[in-house]
Amino acid sequence: MTAESIRPPRTVIGPIAWLRENLFSGPISSIITIVLGALLVWVAIQVGQWALTEARWNVVSNNLRLFLIGQYPADQAWRLWAAMAVLSVLAGASAGVHGLASRMLAVTLSAIQLLLAVLMLFSPIGITAVAAYAFNAAIVWVAMVAGFRGLVPRRPLGWAWIVSLPLTFYLVSGFAGTPLESISSNVWGGLLLTVLLAVVGIVLSFPLGVILALGRRSELPVLRILSTGYIELIRGVPLVTILFMADIILPLFLPGEWRLDRIARAMGGITLFSAAYVAENVRGGLQAIPSGQIEAAHALGLGGVQTNRYIVLPQALRAVIPANVGLFISLLKDTTLVTIIGLLELLGISRAVLAQSDSFGASLEVYVFIAAVFFVLSYAMSQASYRLERALGVGTR
Amino acid sequence: MPRFGLSIIGLVILALAVTACGDTPPPSSTAPGSSADATDAPDPTSGESAAPTDAPSGEGRLATVQDRGQLICGVNGSLPGFSFIDENGDTVGFDADFCRAVAAAVLGDSEAVEFRALSADQRGPALQTGEVDVLIRNTTWTVSRDTSWGIFAPTTFYDGQAIMVNTTQTDATSLAELDGATVCVQSGTTTELNLADAFRLANIELGEPAVFPEIDPTYQAYEENRCDAVTSDRSQLVARRTGFENPDDHIILDDVLSKEPLGPVVPIGDDQWFNVVKWVVFATIEAEEQGIDSTNVEETASSSENPIVQRFLGVTPEGSDPFESGLGLDADWVVDVIGQVGNYAEIYDRNLGPGTPFDLERGLNSLWSDGGLLYAPPYR
Repeated sequence: MTAESIRPPRTVIGPIAWLRENLFSGPISSIITIVLGALLVWVAIQVGQWALTEARWNVVSNNLRLFLIGQYPADQAWRLWAAMAVLSVLAGASAGVHGLASRMLAVTLSAIQLLLAVLMLFSPIGITAVAAYAFNAAIVWVAMVAGFRGLVPRRPLGWAWIVSLPLTFYLVSGFAGTPLESISSNVWGGLLLTVLLAVVGIVLSFPLGVILALGRRSELPVLRILSTGYIELIRGVPLVTILFMADIILPLFLPGEWRLDRIARAMGGITLFSAAYVAENVRGGLQAIPSGQIEAAHALGLGGVQTNRYIVLPQALRAVIPANVGLFISLLKDTTLVTIIGLLELLGISRAVLAQSDSFGASLEVYVFIAAVFFVLSYAMSQASYRLERALGVGTR
Repeated sequence: MPRFGLSIIGLVILALAVTACGDTPPPSSTAPGSSADATDAPDPTSGESAAPTDAPSGEGRLATVQDRGQLICGVNGSLPGFSFIDENGDTVGFDADFCRAVAAAVLGDSEAVEFRALSADQRGPALQTGEVDVLIRNTTWTVSRDTSWGIFAPTTFYDGQAIMVNTTQTDATSLAELDGATVCVQSGTTTELNLADAFRLANIELGEPAVFPEIDPTYQAYEENRCDAVTSDRSQLVARRTGFENPDDHIILDDVLSKEPLGPVVPIGDDQWFNVVKWVVFATIEAEEQGIDSTNVEETASSSENPIVQRFLGVTPEGSDPFESGLGLDADWVVDVIGQVGNYAEIYDRNLGPGTPFDLERGLNSLWSDGGLLYAPPYR
């Protein structure tokens, strides 16, 4: 046989065939393709022209520090770098030791910090910060290789994570009378505050939601009624209302000497709100477990707690990962609502920036920028969840 | 299981957050609680709890602020010229400078201020709960706010709602000629209501409504000629006009749609604190009248022979008794205010006057001797 006869027919596979199959399969299809294609190109040109020639991106780059950390004192910013460095090392080491889902986390952390470093190159923040974040991005990989080579012991790593949370908190906020001076939460802002609100909301609402879900299915009437009542009440009220309650109404009831920090109030509101939704997601997972499994567990002599701990929850929680990640992504974006109670997270600080006389009329640039930031964060979260699902075998078992 | 570990840590962190943050704004005296009560109908029990507030100095909010070493000042945080965050992360502007002036008077340090950005809905409750020591957030002085939110100190800025038109689009030179015109306006503000009132009073019809939830789109729509006119406070119109492509094409009509006196507000029920804030504002005005500014205040204090100036700056001439203002502040508090922040003219020029993008005429905000409304009672 000659070489020609082996070659696949060009019209059946390959890019041209694909085009013909999908875009130009008939006269109507061709016309639609051409019109829509022209429209797309036109929009792309318009947007590109605006982005490259008209847009005043210097409004974003000049205020980049505000967008990232708000009014957090510039001379204390190294504490944030240090906190990020701690997390980077731990994430890298975990990725090396455990792989899979935590590898995604580490890669994301590294990529985001690298992105920050590059962004800062175009701003007046200074080369030290660029170097700090580039360093952080690099040590993720160093730690990952170390973990991969078996240089990181497993058990202490778990403890290190537990210690890292209060440590990070101490680095960020400090404490009066200690080497790191206290930094009022009033000046926390920008991306820092957005991420803090989201992380605290996610970390706290998850266990609370699981407890509520178990409570709702409990056989004790008091527990069941209280949990159901809580879930239905919170789900019947918009988040904005809860934030207003937490910020405005709550202090009116508390005695004069009681002062809850306003950021703690917002965190509390977000957590309580989100927990009700987590509870309903988890309940879906709990109900998906066949009752035969629970009966079998009882037959084996496992108690109620043990059944939940070893049989029901591991399966139920794994089944609701996609739903919960979806919830947490929307929680991340819902943090922008705290703008209405005067907190300067990413959206709030951008409104403050737009009030600078140099920024008049640059709202499109600023909003495009924060939209991009939210996209990157949400996309990273959804990717991480896919990895987690695959690692845990959701949908295959 | 890591998840259970996480949950425990989470709770620990929340506890930490609550306790750590609880330290930042230290417990205030009984004043806040009682002032919250004072907004309701007065009843005997709240009278009792308010008793310590009325006690002489050492008890009220002045002592609280001095113990704390920091003034908590409620501001807008995103209003051009009045309070916004500059590229260095500092809160600056006309309102912010008056916060600094109060801090300079009370604490001797104009930087000892914690600015708290408040939304329009938050500012009333923030005063009622005593969460802020003073509210300087472009708040219009009205009778209902005076009786329910807090007490208004003297007006620092006399504003008024006005209308701006594009001369290339319309020939109108007064409100009466705007019959059927489309006016861009921000929704949910008194501005929107005042506009409707003004058109009804002038017996003319409003054209298609063009309301926008945010400030920026309002002016963008106006610039794109989607409406014939735009209305807002005069100071904002002037400020925004500077950012237009052809500022000279736009004129601000002389019609005044509303009076908007903006000034500091303090929580109800603490007369001593009210007096302090009131006289800080008067001091900036008096200093301008006396020709005292941040550059010459030290020199004037040491060399002036004028008894009015000496009393004002806390200088005791030889052979006479020291003047006692009764405010509970150091005798030379005015020197701190003027030296660190400046007199009224300096504050105005720095934020709104020539040299800023706003270049606002003083107008009503001139001294009474120049035909304005600024008038400080005698300091004696």
